Amino acid sequence: MLSNQEVAEELLGKYGDQVFDFEEPYGLLTLSTTRENIIPVLEFLRDHKSYQVNFLTDLTGVQYPENKGKEFMVVYHMHSFIHNFRIRIKVSIPEADIHIPTATGLFASANWMERETYDFYGILFDGHPNLIRILNIEEMDYFPMRKEYPLEDATREDKIDALFGR
Amino acid sequence: MAEIELLPHNVPSQAELPELVEELTTLNLGPTHPATHGIFQNILKMDGEKIVSGEQTIGYIHRAFEKIAERRPFYQITTLTDRMNYCSSPINNFGWHMTVEKLLQIEVPKRAQYIRVIMMELARISDHLICNSILGVDTGAFSGFLYVMQKREDIYEIYEEVCGARLTTNMGRIGGMERDLSTTAIRKIRDFIKTFPPVLQEFEKLMSRNRIFMDRTINVGGISLERALSYGFTGPNLRAAGLDYDVRVMNPYSSYEDFDFSIPIGQSGDTFDRYNVRIEEMWQSLKIVEQALNNLPEGPYYADAPEYYLPPKKEVYNNMEALIYHFKIVMGEIDAPAGEVYHAVEGGNGELGFYLISDGGRAPYRLHFRRPSFIYYQAYPEMCKGSTLSDAILTMSSLNVIAGELDA
Amino acid sequence: MKEVTIAEAPQGHSGAGFFATSFDEAIGLARSYSLWPLPFATSCCGIEFMATMGAHYDISRFGSERPSFSPRQADLLMVMGTIAKKMAPVVKQVYLQMAEPRWVLAVGACASSGGIFDTYSVLQGIDRIIPVDCYVPGCPPRPEQIIDGLMHIQYLAQNEKLRRRNTDEYQHLLASYNIQ
Ligand code: SF4
Repeated sequence: MLSNQEVAEELLGKYGDQVFDFEEPYGLLTLSTTRENIIPVLEFLRDHKSYQVNFLTDLTGVQYPENKGKEFMVVYHMHSFIHNFRIRIKVSIPEADIHIPTATGLFASANWMERETYDFYGILFDGHPNLIRILNIEEMDYFPMRKEYPLEDATREDKIDALFGR
Repeated sequence: MAEIELLPHNVPSQAELPELVEELTTLNLGPTHPATHGIFQNILKMDGEKIVSGEQTIGYIHRAFEKIAERRPFYQITTLTDRMNYCSSPINNFGWHMTVEKLLQIEVPKRAQYIRVIMMELARISDHLICNSILGVDTGAFSGFLYVMQKREDIYEIYEEVCGARLTTNMGRIGGMERDLSTTAIRKIRDFIKTFPPVLQEFEKLMSRNRIFMDRTINVGGISLERALSYGFTGPNLRAAGLDYDVRVMNPYSSYEDFDFSIPIGQSGDTFDRYNVRIEEMWQSLKIVEQALNNLPEGPYYADAPEYYLPPKKEVYNNMEALIYHFKIVMGEIDAPAGEVYHAVEGGNGELGFYLISDGGRAPYRLHFRRPSFIYYQAYPEMCKGSTLSDAILTMSSLNVIAGELDA
Repeated sequence: MKEVTIAEAPQGHSGAGFFATSFDEAIGLARSYSLWPLPFATSCCGIEFMATMGAHYDISRFGSERPSFSPRQADLLMVMGTIAKKMAPVVKQVYLQMAEPRWVLAVGACASSGGIFDTYSVLQGIDRIIPVDCYVPGCPPRPEQIIDGLMHIQYLAQNEKLRRRNTDEYQHLLASYNIQ
């Protein structure tokens, strides 16, 4: 079994203070890095001789509107089948400069997950081969998962706001 | 003899000939094509019969689950998970419940865990049944579909007995089951265990060694293990490519470690392997159901967590405290602790993950579903490149892409 | 052998070697027992339709033996499942491709009203884009309910006047949906 401690130390040794905020919520090693380092970190984990964290389980976005300068966050979940070891890596990016390099070069599966994240939050993945909306209609002019946009369909008139808590 | 005058014949020189162009046909498959079993569009570039490249459009039933989830209290989200992979709703339901239980650190009693295992494995059977029988329909074998549909109906009757609904089950509660297995339910499950094997055997006899079926599926739509991993395959499709990754074994949840079952794997990741892996998984699931039912522990079927577990109706009417909790839970006034959880279960199509961020409020701050279909369906153009259109249809149905899960 | 029920003959006059009735009745009778549905199944409700089609519930008993996947030969559009806004033009297109007389059955809460998905991406009921003849409630409706919906459509088909589709009201209805 690979321990969280071991991987954390290895990453700290390699990237120093570019990886930070180590945590273990519910036993899952969680750390943050910067967008300059995310691709090298993912690649390092993927190609590591003994760890072989070579499966990108999940990639998604989160929005923290109150967190000025770090409004958006991209979260990567990785998995090593050999060691049955999971790791979560987070990258915060500011709304003013909402760019992050793409992981499609490393994992083919990142393609749609990044498109989905773009579709929901408008996070731009630099270098993505085809960064267009995936679930919503092309003409949509906002990013629906952002907290400031309403959930409900705006065209409904039969709902009384007072009753539906709007 | 008169001399024949030869008129100058107008033969065009090579340079004058119109250039031969190889034209590719564009074929629009979907979104409402009867062969696609779901609503997604594939725009295929065809060279005669062969597919040169494909481009997919999805999102035709995008329902904004993740956005809804941010506005609803925890227990109402079960309803959404039903509608994700609607061929195996109980797995989705319990996956979500287990995620919340992990967040709340509730220990569910053994009996509830076993009941969950039974229901989840039945759901897996019904999921694989549909997938394989539809694959049969696509190769032209309709009768298998009609046979096994009858058995799926039996599974639905069991669901009905356990939770009252057939398809969108909304089964169980956060903290356990909503009610115990009734004697009727147990009888129905026992019946199913007894009557299912002959039907599945018959189905196998119809299909597995059928010459036409084999010719149509062997070496069709294969994918190498390396590419499959890169594309994020999980579940039967990954196992068909030759890796024995199964969340039930890797990260056992809900007491899966208590059961004895094996994981079938394929070799080439082609349609035939996927079919066989699914068939074998049904046998294994049946084995698990049998074990769970025989060893069903006695005891309570819900955890002692009154703040989160919706109390039984009888209690609500007779007991002040239960009434208060009931009210609070239903009105969504219970705050969950802040935290961040990722929990995965083995869904019908692979690793079904729930990534939940709670900020201590009544609803999740962010809930992301890792939907296996969504992730592996992007490999489809690569898998059907160079094959004929009819083979591409088979590849699609053997991938078992569920539109609800795909689009969320 | 079990007794087979035969559809009752419409009202009319019969005598030696002849039976006379109005076209309305005869055609309505024929139509109602041979409705070819176009199953427009998008999501969960579509799975219940599968059960309805299967041996257990068997929609063929009602003359809907042949699901017609081509809109041109279909009489009845059965919309089952959530219709997202992205999908709406497709539904309309399919409806336009059907020939008159055509009926529409909205199966399930989603098709009828958007159901539990009051969200930015879901169409709040297909009656916003095409006229609907009958709504089947439920999420999903049980197969029996779907069959009940079909029987209501049969009733409509049987009792419809031949000229109904030429009336001003009908044209007006279509015009209100921008269908010509
Ligand atoms: S009405 Fe319910 S079952 Fe039918 S499509 Fe909508 S959510 Fe699914």
